[in-house]
Amino acid sequence: MSTYSAPLKDMQFAIKELVGLDEVAALPGCGEVSAGLVDAVLAEAAKFAQEVLDPLNRSGDRQGARLADGKVIVPDGFDKAYRQFIEAGWNGLSGQPEFGGQGLPHIVAMPVQEMWNSANMAFCLCPMLTSGVLEALHVHGTPQQQKTYLPRLTAGEWAGTMNLTEPQAGSDLSAVRTRAVPEGDHYRIHGTKIFITWGEHDMAENIIHLVLARTPGAPEGVKGISLFIVPKFLVNADGSLGERNDVRCVSLEHKLGIHASPTCVLAYGDGKGAVGFLVGEENRGLEYMFTMMNHARLGVGMEGVALAERAYQHALEYAKTRVQGREIGQRSGDRVTIIHHPDVRRMLMSMKAQTEAMRALAYFAAAVLDRAKRHPDEQERRRHQALIDLLTPIVKGWCTEQSVEVATTGIQVHGGMGFVEETGAAQFLRDARITTIYEGTTGIQANDLIGRKVAFEQGATAKAVIAAMRAVDGELAKHAELAAIRASLTAGMRAVEEATDWLVATYPADAKAAAACAVPYLKLFGIVAGGWQMARAALIAQSRLEAKEGDADFYRAKLVTARFYADHILPQAAALGHTVVNGADSVLALDPAGF
Amino acid sequence: MKVLVTVKRVIDPYVKVRVKSDGSGVETANVKMTMNPFCEIAVEQAVRMKEAGVASEIVAVSIGVQQCQETLRTAMAMGADRGILVETAGEVQPLAVAKVLKAIVDKEQPKLVIMGKQAIDDDSNQSGQMLAALLGWPQAAFISSITVNGETADVTREIDGGLEKLTVRLPAVVTADLRLNEPRYVTLPNIMKAKKKPLEVMKPDALGVDIAPRLTILKVQEPPKRGAGVKVADVKELVAKLRNEAKVI
Ligand SMILES: Cc1cc2nc3c(=O)[nH]c(=O)nc-3n(C[C@H](O)[C@H](O)[C@H](O)COP(=O)(O)OP(=O)(O)OC[C@H]3O[C@@H](n4cnc5c(N)ncnc54)[C@H](O)[C@@H]3O)c2cc1C
Repeated sequence: MSTYSAPLKDMQFAIKELVGLDEVAALPGCGEVSAGLVDAVLAEAAKFAQEVLDPLNRSGDRQGARLADGKVIVPDGFDKAYRQFIEAGWNGLSGQPEFGGQGLPHIVAMPVQEMWNSANMAFCLCPMLTSGVLEALHVHGTPQQQKTYLPRLTAGEWAGTMNLTEPQAGSDLSAVRTRAVPEGDHYRIHGTKIFITWGEHDMAENIIHLVLARTPGAPEGVKGISLFIVPKFLVNADGSLGERNDVRCVSLEHKLGIHASPTCVLAYGDGKGAVGFLVGEENRGLEYMFTMMNHARLGVGMEGVALAERAYQHALEYAKTRVQGREIGQRSGDRVTIIHHPDVRRMLMSMKAQTEAMRALAYFAAAVLDRAKRHPDEQERRRHQALIDLLTPIVKGWCTEQSVEVATTGIQVHGGMGFVEETGAAQFLRDARITTIYEGTTGIQANDLIGRKVAFEQGATAKAVIAAMRAVDGELAKHAELAAIRASLTAGMRAVEEATDWLVATYPADAKAAAACAVPYLKLFGIVAGGWQMARAALIAQSRLEAKEGDADFYRAKLVTARFYADHILPQAAALGHTVVNGADSVLALDPAGF
Repeated sequence: MKVLVTVKRVIDPYVKVRVKSDGSGVETANVKMTMNPFCEIAVEQAVRMKEAGVASEIVAVSIGVQQCQETLRTAMAMGADRGILVETAGEVQPLAVAKVLKAIVDKEQPKLVIMGKQAIDDDSNQSGQMLAALLGWPQAAFISSITVNGETADVTREIDGGLEKLTVRLPAVVTADLRLNEPRYVTLPNIMKAKKKPLEVMKPDALGVDIAPRLTILKVQEPPKRGAGVKVADVKELVAKLRNEAKVI
């Protein structure tokens, strides 16, 4: 059984060398950020993840959250770990300084989140949802609401949840039916929300639910949904906790994975109606939700990276200990550990290469988000906002889909022992499986990508990204050693470019045909963007090796990994490109009755 | 009461240590480093004393390469008030460490010095004892508890035969054993604050201390690999093997 060990070297490489910490540190409000601070924060977070969260991952999975008399009982040890987590101040990492947060940029927060998720994703969902509520209220709350809720949420004394989904309203939130009836300075909420992550528990003193609901006479569809704060315990004027609000957890889902995270059915207003407070203006709730959705979606993409890393570490340890067979071509001699077999090495390399590529792209996106938010120049902010808007569905969709594949490969490395639960390899697959579903399924991410992010602006940002990729080509051309990487990236870029042109041309006339292969397009973009980051990593590694600087073993491994990515992963781009451009007809030719 | 704590930067205990190919020592380049776990316990003890109102100021000292500043920052994130790095290029042996620390103690005049009982890299277990001798102060090594009562401290020492309770006059040097306490997790706000605490860097020359090594390391090598075991037929054979081959009975 492996224990989690934070991949600090690769994280630091990605932050400092690949993404460029210095540039982010120069942004307004990042004065405290330095290489030394990042090292200290990562080292302490690693310790906490490894020593406190990781040991509860498997027990949490086995025990699961339970419901008894309307109360959620969390797995053993979660309560204490949560207390330690908030006492150590981790909840406030990226919170606003005015409310007690540390205001650290995403480029620092991302790797820390990766560690929490690798160590214990089910646990980590609780603070992650709190940070979603924090962000929504920071941007859209009134000063009074901010004063009431933000300090306690930042500290983690109170937790937050997101209440969008209802039985008839999942991907399509315009179907939300929960009602909100005005009554004095508040509203009364009635309705049922399902699938609410950490919707009820006692780890925090209070839970602040953000709830989508309709007011009487609101327009149909997405333009008639408002956003409400519904605290589990109402908050008195002096900040103390008052009456228990009319919201109850009526059941928990039995799930494939993240067993330790309670997924609740919440009943609002079985009695007089739950007291809710409007956020911003009526009918603009969905718009508010979407301002923070980008951030949350990047966070789920990060969960994908984290689980891929964890599955890789687990498989690697098994591959180094399990003895089976002899080296290929040897009839006698000692039996060897399975890592000696070429196919096992191939599996491990594919896990490693994809994980590193995903990490590189996710951290790159985090730095883009920092610039979009903090850059002093308005035009730069807008440019980076367009870029992060494009990258968000890619990071969310691609990193989570690949994490499922990586976790599956991890099971394969274990052979039969991967299929039985004792080895723990299966948990990573079961946990990874949710990441492609919540915060918008891969299908929804892909629709967002091809529609709002590519077709509507005639592929302008997508082409800017392709141009940035092309800029690496000149550098690659200078190193004969990197020729294979260069050739593979060139082919990949061509595939994205052709597919983008096709989408831009097709979407306005035939959106259905464009949507038919939206997911292959998303994967194509992800694979090539990952290849772009790996090529950049290879360039850095090559120049460090030539200059004889730093850790030569690390850089040599990075070169090999980038080469593997170029030989084994990037070539998939051409096939996906073919599918995007040619595949719509056969998707749509059979009508529903024909199935 | 001013307390001085010492912190050493060592290879992370979870890292597999490799011997350098030329046998001159162990590989430390590009290896994850951390605070010596026994030093962590020493810092934690000082911080608890400060929280209890017994200590008024905590000064953390490290001796070694420039990167020891990170280790001092960790000590400050745990609660030390300021740091002193005595910067050296290479290896510093226990006697030199004790001499450097004596010079610092002379300057700082703490009432208590808390050190780790040993560093997990070379396991020398000497610096604390040598420092006490050079200062002519009382010492209590391997302590698992300490209570300060004005001008004395009651300590429990972990010795081979069990526990020994002593009262030492202050100022004194004590060295921390594993059971003294369980160090806290550093909090994020304190990591941020530690960046702003004063950290003084000085060279051994400035303290008038000669740190030239007195011992020569001839060769460092891996411990021999354990061979495969053998099955014995009965107790008689086992006893014979223990007597004749292992020569332990
Ligand atoms: C463990 C767990 C935790 C969750 N946590 C929360 C939470 O905290 N808060 C919350 O509000 N919700 C939460 N959810 C709900 C989650 O966000 C939804 O399940 C998800 O958005 C999908 O909605 P759905 O389940 O209704 O599926 P559906 O929308 O019915 O989708 C079914 C299939 O149809 C596809 N599909 C649907 N519409 C389209 C379309 N327009 N184009 C292409 N394909 C489409 C989907 O991709 C999917 O493959 C959670 C769900 C789970 C399982």
